Amino acid sequence: MTEDAQGATAMLADLATALVSGDVDVVDLTHTLDPDFPVIVLPPEFGQCARFRMEEISAYDHRGPAWKWHNFTCSEHTGTHFDAPSHWISGRDVPNGAVDEIAPERFVGPVCVIDCSEGAAADEDFELTPQVILDWEATHGRIPKDSWVLMRTDWSRRRGEAYLNMKDDGPHSPGPVPAAVELLVHERGIRGFGTETVGTDAGQGSHYTPPYPAHHILHGAGRYGLQCLANLDLLPPRGAMLLAAPLKIRNGTGSPLRVLALVPRAG
Amino acid sequence: MSVPIERPGKKNPQLRTPVPTLPPVPRSRAALGLTAAAAEGRFMLQHCGECGAVQYPPRDACGKCLSGDLRWQDTDPNGQVIAESTVRVSTAPYFRERGDWRIGTVRLAVGVSVMAYLHGDVEQAGPVRMTARLDRAGQGVLVAMPPRATPNMEDDKILREMTCDPRHRRVLITDARAPDALALAKAFLDAGATKVFMGESEQWRGHAERAALSALEGVEILPLDVTDTRSVQELAGQIGGKTDILVNNARFIRPGGLFARGDVTFARDEMEVNYFGLMRLAQVFGPAMAGRGADGVNNAVAWVNLLSVHALSNLPQIGPFAASQAAALSLSQALRAEVHGGGLRVMNVFSGPTEDAWHQPLPPPKVQPKALARAVISGLRGGLEEVAVGDVAKDMLARWREDPKVLEYELTRMGGGDA
Amino acid sequence: MAGRRKRQGYDGVVLAAPAGMAYERFSTKTAHWWIAGALRNSLKAAGLTPGDVDGFSVTSFSLGPDSAVGLTQHLGLTPRWLDHIPMGGAAGLVGLRRAARAVQAGDADVVACVAGDANHVDSFRRSLSGFSRFAQDASYPYGAGGPNSCFALLTDHYMTAHGAQREDFGRICVSQRDNALRNPNALMKTPLTMEQYMNARMISDPIALFDCVMPCAGSEAFLVMREEDAQAQGIPFARLTGAIERHNAFPEDPIQDRGGWAMDVDELYQMAGTRPEQIDLLQTYDDYPVICVMQIEDLGFCGKGEGPEFLRAHDLTIKGDFPHNTSGGQLSGGQPGAAGGFIGIVEAIRQVTGQAGPTQVAGAKQAMVSGFGMINYDRGLCTGAAILTGEGA
Repeated sequence: MTEDAQGATAMLADLATALVSGDVDVVDLTHTLDPDFPVIVLPPEFGQCARFRMEEISAYDHRGPAWKWHNFTCSEHTGTHFDAPSHWISGRDVPNGAVDEIAPERFVGPVCVIDCSEGAAADEDFELTPQVILDWEATHGRIPKDSWVLMRTDWSRRRGEAYLNMKDDGPHSPGPVPAAVELLVHERGIRGFGTETVGTDAGQGSHYTPPYPAHHILHGAGRYGLQCLANLDLLPPRGAMLLAAPLKIRNGTGSPLRVLALVPRAG
Repeated sequence: MSVPIERPGKKNPQLRTPVPTLPPVPRSRAALGLTAAAAEGRFMLQHCGECGAVQYPPRDACGKCLSGDLRWQDTDPNGQVIAESTVRVSTAPYFRERGDWRIGTVRLAVGVSVMAYLHGDVEQAGPVRMTARLDRAGQGVLVAMPPRATPNMEDDKILREMTCDPRHRRVLITDARAPDALALAKAFLDAGATKVFMGESEQWRGHAERAALSALEGVEILPLDVTDTRSVQELAGQIGGKTDILVNNARFIRPGGLFARGDVTFARDEMEVNYFGLMRLAQVFGPAMAGRGADGVNNAVAWVNLLSVHALSNLPQIGPFAASQAAALSLSQALRAEVHGGGLRVMNVFSGPTEDAWHQPLPPPKVQPKALARAVISGLRGGLEEVAVGDVAKDMLARWREDPKVLEYELTRMGGGDA
Repeated sequence: MAGRRKRQGYDGVVLAAPAGMAYERFSTKTAHWWIAGALRNSLKAAGLTPGDVDGFSVTSFSLGPDSAVGLTQHLGLTPRWLDHIPMGGAAGLVGLRRAARAVQAGDADVVACVAGDANHVDSFRRSLSGFSRFAQDASYPYGAGGPNSCFALLTDHYMTAHGAQREDFGRICVSQRDNALRNPNALMKTPLTMEQYMNARMISDPIALFDCVMPCAGSEAFLVMREEDAQAQGIPFARLTGAIERHNAFPEDPIQDRGGWAMDVDELYQMAGTRPEQIDLLQTYDDYPVICVMQIEDLGFCGKGEGPEFLRAHDLTIKGDFPHNTSGGQLSGGQPGAAGGFIGIVEAIRQVTGQAGPTQVAGAKQAMVSGFGMINYDRGLCTGAAILTGEGA
């Protein structure tokens, strides 16, 4: 065993100890898959994201006396979910752009959390601008290459109609401006970008150039998206580890998943 | 004049809900022609294709010339009561439970005598207008009506048994988002429904008519998504025992033919709402309603499906949608059989293009929501099973009855060849 | 077809050995049992054995799945002539006519005509619901009142058309009850007053309780044979001097106001060489009194619509000037299913052969019997009548 390998073994042993002792918390960033959880709504002439649905196959009854199980159906993009590069037209030619092709190590990595909750509380169309990112870095240091960046808005606490916040001119929810995504992707080299809203883009994101800049720029550059996240307020600005492994769906453009974060105990 | 039915009070929870019983069911095959006529609210009798003699009771051969060519035709409904009786003792539990029944012998202007129920407002030895109606067993019977409308005539005891009048009844309309939802809700309230429950899917997104619906006194909006089994079960748990009329107006429709779409995504949505949605509703609301078929004045009486007339014959421009309607139509027949024991009527309302976003580019005539709602109410008041609303649907239904295969060619080939 | 031929007479044919079984309101016994009992009693009365029977005519509603065929094996008979007559209240007359022709032609020497029906709890309802196709399709669904409702309509129409009152029908019911009180086998054992009749509860207006027969189990039988054979055996007999039948008469009548008798009654009297006023007693088919009135009119005892006046002017009891349904009929004796159509024949044979005992009409030598059956839809379709003569009491 090499010295590096010995070090890594010790490190995992330490992590295991820390997980047991509680020095490292496991935080669940996932919403429950539920038929009533909102999904993105497109103009009705387009195909729609399937809502989560569950049908009982049996429940210890005449349909199966000793067992209970369900069939469920949903979209790749239902509930808390992962966006692969092939989800967007800009990422269609990216190598390993489908969920089944992505290397497994890409599903575990460091995470930075930019707290926009105050801004989002004040303005439902709050924009994540380069300046917000630079301000964050002024406090917490430069965003490390290949890390996840999550935009905290506390939007996940909204319920019912307030979540999509649909108006006659479309949904209203916070999200990044094109320049911010450019900065994160091309200058900081992040692995992916995540939000608490139904998409990685702002509700009014179709009016930017390019439209839906987060989808367009992230996936065009082979990066990933996470949306419908919860509990981002439990994460530190930096120093946590994100575990986000989508289902291995052949040519899948995304997947509902359980997103976990390893978080050093505060204090 | 008939005595108006009082709005029923709250149910005594200590009493057993009466088990539905039915009037006699058996009929000859020929007699089912009367049932088919009654299902549409038409008064038809058999006419001999050779000698023209009108027949009654239904026969297999002409009672005048022995021809086997007997055809059900709309018939002059005028007649005169020549004898009457009130049946006070019956061998059938259904009749015994409901007290006295006025019957009579009516000589029709077309020269046959028929035994019929007499509406309470028919005068002794008076003139009548004969109608064919479905009884609680869903079988065709003749009901002689006064020649002109009388006050509260719909509340006549015999008529109330034959019809599904919304008055004093509680209604569930399954889709508050549908373009016809507001018109339906208003029509039911105007018709005297005591409560209109509106099922609303995806309460996490609003819709245009919610405010108007909420403002209607008697309307209660409740969560219901016919694509979600649990949601259907939960709503049935709340109101399954007090839904007297269910109107399934949930519908998913997108334009696009089989090849133009090139996938099954919308087709799945269509089946999920139009077919499986009906199935989910049927499986939980059906038994609950059928069990209340004899539950007093506001018993459960009717299940209404709003269908495209292309359930009968496919229109390729919306081919996959039409297939989902055909599936729903077929399932409605299964539902009709399942709820038969409860005396529940299953009424299918067929319409042509409706006035909504999905038919916006089509030229008129299109069915307005109000017209649809009117047809639903009048169908229920008539106790019908088959209603065509709008000229397109009526025309289509007539063609379908004449020759379904020819209609298929009309719909699938005539539009596709050289102009 | 021009010029139909007249019916020929029944010379040399006689009726004998009237017999039955005492009726029971409800019985666990089957039609087979009841038919066997009546046949046995009839043969016993004639001093014959089952082996002497070479013709067999059966009437029953409740024999299913058997017919006369099954009964031959069941009862150990080997007839050379066999008939099964599904004509309800006219079956007795129709069976009698056929049996008489068979005997006359030598197809059989001794025809046993037997009718019997079981009556189990609920069998009445079951028999109504499947009575006929037209009834199933077009009358039973209207309140399931059964024959009560159908006859209520006929009664209502008759009352309106001819000014009859309920009391007029009451005279028939009350006098028949009077007759029944002399008949130890009648189910009704208490007197009936006009007041009771009038105050009875309505069943299907204007038909009230005492207008309706009581369904029961029972059976009746008689033998048809050659006069010379009866004489040789020393069996009392009645001659058959005339008989008619008709089915679905007057189909154009909007509602039944007359029966098939009206088509054939003149020929009946011609055959028998007699007139109405020479008839000593009349046995009508009495499922409802309105039908008795129609028979009295259509058989020539008075004109159409004169029935009510006729009833007011006559005494219908055994001692009266117009003895009618002397055993109490079905209205007071009970309706043993299809055997109800045999009651009048059996009673008439007894009367003209002087065997009627407590119900005997003095000097009864010529009796008329009438049958009526099968409310297929809105009217009775089968009618028949016969005139019997004998030595009397």
